[in-house]
Amino acid sequence: MIDVVMPQMGESIVEGTLTKWLKKPGEHVDRDEPLFEISTDKVDTEIPAPAAGVLKEVLVEEGKTVAISTVVGRIDESAGNGASAPAAAASKPAPAPTQPPAPAPKAAEPAVAPPAPALTAPQAPPPSAPKPQPAAAQVDAGPLSPLVRKMAREYGIDLRQVKGTGAGARITKQDLEAYMSAQGARTMAQASAPPSAVPSPQAPQATQAMTPVYSVPAQQQMPRAEAPRARVEPMSTMRVKIAEHMIMSKRVSAHVTTVHKTDMTRVAKMRERQKAEFQQRYGYSLTYLPFVIAAAVDAIREYPIVNASIEGTNIIYHNEINIGIAVALENGLIVPVIRNADEKNVIGLQRSIVDLSTRARSRQLKPDDVQGGTFSITNFGSFGSVFATPVINQPQVAILGVGAVEKTPVVIDDAIAIRSIAYLALTFDHRLIDGALADQFTSKVKSILENWSEEIL
Amino acid sequence: MLESRERLRPCEVRDLGCLRYADALAIQKDLVEQRKQGLIPDQLLIVEHPHVITLGRNGHMENLLANEDILQRAGIEFHPSDRGGDITYHGPGQIVGYPVIDLREWKRDVVAYVRAIEQVIIDALGESGISAGRLDGCTGVWANGRKVAAIGVHISRWVTSHGFALNHTTDLSYFQYIVPCGLTKPVTSMRELGSSVSREEIIAALSRNFAKHFELELSRDREEAVLSYTETFS
Repeated sequence: MIDVVMPQMGESIVEGTLTKWLKKPGEHVDRDEPLFEISTDKVDTEIPAPAAGVLKEVLVEEGKTVAISTVVGRIDESAGNGASAPAAAASKPAPAPTQPPAPAPKAAEPAVAPPAPALTAPQAPPPSAPKPQPAAAQVDAGPLSPLVRKMAREYGIDLRQVKGTGAGARITKQDLEAYMSAQGARTMAQASAPPSAVPSPQAPQATQAMTPVYSVPAQQQMPRAEAPRARVEPMSTMRVKIAEHMIMSKRVSAHVTTVHKTDMTRVAKMRERQKAEFQQRYGYSLTYLPFVIAAAVDAIREYPIVNASIEGTNIIYHNEINIGIAVALENGLIVPVIRNADEKNVIGLQRSIVDLSTRARSRQLKPDDVQGGTFSITNFGSFGSVFATPVINQPQVAILGVGAVEKTPVVIDDAIAIRSIAYLALTFDHRLIDGALADQFTSKVKSILENWSEEIL
Repeated sequence: MLESRERLRPCEVRDLGCLRYADALAIQKDLVEQRKQGLIPDQLLIVEHPHVITLGRNGHMENLLANEDILQRAGIEFHPSDRGGDITYHGPGQIVGYPVIDLREWKRDVVAYVRAIEQVIIDALGESGISAGRLDGCTGVWANGRKVAAIGVHISRWVTSHGFALNHTTDLSYFQYIVPCGLTKPVTSMRELGSSVSREEIIAALSRNFAKHFELELSRDREEAVLSYTETFS
């Protein structure tokens, strides 16, 4: 068997990301034929096979980043050419220290193979686990990935004890990790239990007092290597960009948030009355959001600076009122824009919201849909939040957050009443907007919502 | 200083003019093969592509904002690619350089290669009066906090392909199709940076600096070969 290692593609390079296997386990590969691809700093490199043979094992999955010289796979030279050998696991020819003097001589064990001293050290395997018999275990365990097989072998895990959650109850790497951390927890419990369970008859207090103190270092000495406590996963590009944008925004703007308690009872009543008919007529439900947008648009007309942006030392007042709506995606968020929101009524706004959020989730947004926003609204209330402090969507200068509408007892004219209350949180850029103006603006939004004329939809 | 005494390796520069992305790929593939076999010296191809959005091997489709219909209507091709890096745009007014060189004859170091390409562009821009530099962790060449040149490379047995794209007079609005909502760093062009250097001048500066940093001697004496390529592929 020849080890295939992560090559060093330059002096300063310490690791590489394996992006693609060009051969599958069991496939024949010629010497110098491209075997896999790695990626380092905008460079994709094809790595040729160090020897001809059959790719026996793939030890590093696609997408993983490993240190240079890590063994990423093994090639079996002895398997004749063209031998497809799908029963890779079964035939395990004498894995003697043959370590052939092939192109990858530096054996490179260190990174991959912590040869499981940790787990076996402390005490006999946990009650349920019989002696590790990997070979036998694999027979019952069904098809296994090379990685799982390798982990089981290295950590001496009986795969019959592991519950598979993959396709067809297949055991995955996560299953193994979960199993190992469960085992780890059990051994820890056992380790710390005995001292307190066997109190010294002479000085019970002393023992008890000391137990906790000693149990802490005892636990720290427990094997940590057996179960990874964290999983490393590269960010998606969208995540990276969101991260950059958020930090940039926090750096650029002087964020301040002001919160106004708003009585949404009139809107709630109106919504209640119209709900069924609206649903029937338009095919989607009527939410609070279009009311808030309509109110914000009205307030913006009165306080146009909230709809501005900053360029150098100039204030850019936008003539259009284009409202960005934060839409949560499965793994991120996007802020599509309702253009000329001031030209739409509540029905039109609701239609735009439904249209944009649907297309955002199905990735059908056009470039125009996400550009040119002049003010944003985020509806964290739909996830149950009462109030939050949103981050400004640059280059805008304010964002309005809408909290959940909840029936709340309030005092009106010295009487207690039940009203539908929501908190409106305006985050504004204090470089441009002062607190007084921010509060005037938010009060205006509040007052429009509180005095909503019930006839107008 | 020992290196400078060594003989400079030859390198052919070919300005292929406007070429479809797929055609440029085919030419590169052919040249890479010839270079691996030692049939030709190092190459520097210069091209200009019609509107095309390309996605690197590790790219994320989610960074393509427009669906293919919209791209088609806007006259933009979409092309997956085997270079490194994510999604990018090529189009008129951009100077695209595809070095096909054997790194075993320079340094066996892919990162040093990328840094050197950056330096080539930085120096060429410097000669054109633009102060540009690097941004930590963001491969490419940057000026005023904006990206003026992008880099994406493929290497097979130490022979390079793909390369860099420098925005000369590029219409930057085309980049909107690939950036979600300002969540990325902005792009710029030499024109936007106030330079009026001509395409020929900047290509000459790039070639000169390319030769300098990779210790090459440029030749242009295979122009007929270039012609035959463009005929075959266009």
